[in-house]
Amino acid sequence: MKIKNIIITFVSAIAILFSTSVVSFAKVVGDKIILGAAISLTGKYSSNGVHTQNGYNMAVDRINEMGGVKVGGKTYKFDIIYYDDESNPKRAAQLAERLISQDGVEFMLGPYSSGLTKAIAPVTEKYGVPMVEANGASRSLFTKGYKYLFAVLAPANLYLDVAIETAVALNGGKGVRIAQAFEQDAFSQDVRLGILDAAERTGSKIIIDDKLPKELNDMAATLAKVKAVKPDVLVVSGHTKGALTAIRQIAEMKVDVPMLAMTHCDAAKLSKQHGKNSQYALCASQWHKTLTYKDDFFKDGMTYAADFEKLFGYDPPYQSAESSAALLVFKDAFERANTFDQKKVRDALAATNMQTFYGNIKFAEGGQNVDKPMVLFQVMCDDAGKCENKVVAPLKWASAELIHPIPKWSER
Amino acid sequence: MLTLQAVLDGLLLGVLFALIAYGMALQWGVMNIINIAQGDLVILGGYIAYFMYLYGIHPAWGVIVSPIIMYFVGVIIYKLVINKVVDRDLFISILATFGISILFMQLMNFAFGADVVLANSGYGTTMLFDNSVTLPNSKIFSAFISIVFAIGLVIYMKKSKLGRAIRATAQNARAAKILGVDTEKVYAATFGINAALCGVAGALISITFTIHPYMGLPYTIRSFMIVIVAGLGNLPGVAMSGMGLGVFEEFADYILGTEFRIGSVFLLLVLILVYRRFKLSRKREYLK
Repeated sequence: MKIKNIIITFVSAIAILFSTSVVSFAKVVGDKIILGAAISLTGKYSSNGVHTQNGYNMAVDRINEMGGVKVGGKTYKFDIIYYDDESNPKRAAQLAERLISQDGVEFMLGPYSSGLTKAIAPVTEKYGVPMVEANGASRSLFTKGYKYLFAVLAPANLYLDVAIETAVALNGGKGVRIAQAFEQDAFSQDVRLGILDAAERTGSKIIIDDKLPKELNDMAATLAKVKAVKPDVLVVSGHTKGALTAIRQIAEMKVDVPMLAMTHCDAAKLSKQHGKNSQYALCASQWHKTLTYKDDFFKDGMTYAADFEKLFGYDPPYQSAESSAALLVFKDAFERANTFDQKKVRDALAATNMQTFYGNIKFAEGGQNVDKPMVLFQVMCDDAGKCENKVVAPLKWASAELIHPIPKWSER
Repeated sequence: MLTLQAVLDGLLLGVLFALIAYGMALQWGVMNIINIAQGDLVILGGYIAYFMYLYGIHPAWGVIVSPIIMYFVGVIIYKLVINKVVDRDLFISILATFGISILFMQLMNFAFGADVVLANSGYGTTMLFDNSVTLPNSKIFSAFISIVFAIGLVIYMKKSKLGRAIRATAQNARAAKILGVDTEKVYAATFGINAALCGVAGALISITFTIHPYMGLPYTIRSFMIVIVAGLGNLPGVAMSGMGLGVFEEFADYILGTEFRIGSVFLLLVLILVYRRFKLSRKREYLK
């Protein structure tokens, strides 16, 4: 009797263990493929975190509506488990751990920002969980030899080198004189490295190379130097704060430069906050709705923008577009792999070569997308003060002609 | 011309910082509380001006509306938290205000969103010496308003009944109490006045720079430094050290580069503290 009891207890314990492990390690439950994402829904990145989440959600709904994902002759739908990482890298890493080891997620979507992606990548790598991320552009993400990290966006060092190349072309192929001011964070310093490369390649000279402290709110000293040495191009990157501060102080100090190139104009809502003062600024962007890339799900950029606006009530920033593209990449990889084996899905991701409404996607060894150039748009305003961002470079995608040099403040 | 530009930029920046430090020195001196939430009060003041701007009211009116609202915010914070830590040691008050600071950051982020925002005054620019020195009028306006408020406060502290009560409490709270000063009321008013000054500074910062829920700490640190350099209860000293630090920062930026700007200010702070200690130790020897 006693032995019988022990055997029953043992068998039921094993049965319970199995059943729980089956539930907790079910990356695919019924007809659902469950993806995990830690996103900044509160904290300092919360605006962009929400853009990212909206992008993911829109793509999930669209793919599910249009027939879902076909693997092994069966149709599956996407579902995402979200956690709020509070814009905190430590929390993001904990949540990634939780998503993988407790919730049993076997495929991840990236968080917002390079810093948080850097925190999560070692975790997904450790567990061999493929992660497609759409908002971490720092070059250092792609030089660590990660095998399971794939980024649909172009790396940070490519953000502004188009601007330098355009300036050199406009200068008759001769090198230009560059003044630059970059915040001291991983992303902006990567953008800076890109400019250094471009300067060397084109024989340009860097005459001011300022590093802006993170807490700094004032660029007056840098701009006074710019005024004194009169460079051909002024490059600024310091997230939204840097973009807003630069435009405000350039207008106030009447700094005349033939070309002004910056990052984060979209996120800073430059033209809305500064109106005509932001006119002629050149901005690096991963995506713009007027680009003519196409796919079956969102058709093209303009349709995506219109659909997005209908759903969420605002024009999609590129953070949303690239997040939507991440889901398209996952769908494509699952179908090509035709299995949910992580290793095989990873290999399928590595072999991705597709076009989405957001751009072409093809991953290099390090996981960065090498098939999608950055675009530059220029803020252009009409007489009534209404401003619009128009793509001016590369020429292939341009919807307006670059205005160069920027008219002097005295002539505006 | 670059030198002149640096001096003027530094002075205009310094005056604004001095105003924030002024509030800190006042309540530090009176209540012996180091307010870590100082910068967050500044940012909250900035948001008041920003929202006026959003609703079509010129943000410059913020310098009047913001301090009035912030005064009451200050008094409420005092009644809820500060009055419980005012007689405790400094460490408790630092912890309490640090908590307030985190709470404010999160609440502002929750209420106003995480975007960096600014209010445009449309004030234009003053150009000197054939456009080689430019002074944004918004900065001149900020400096002017800061000076007006600072002078107003000095006069108020000297002439008004409450001002005298505040000074008496700062000198010796117990004696003031015995002589009939309601120190509880004085403390509440002092914290309110400090918050009001932060409100003015915040409104000015929304016109001259940018605001963001998490941007308060640099203002706390800067005002802390100014107060340390000037010493407590030395209000003209606060103004001088604010402007001095502003100019020093601009020059450090020109000569050493922007990346050394904040670092050089900290270095200066260390040097001043070492020098102070050196002077004090000599004094002690003399007293022996």
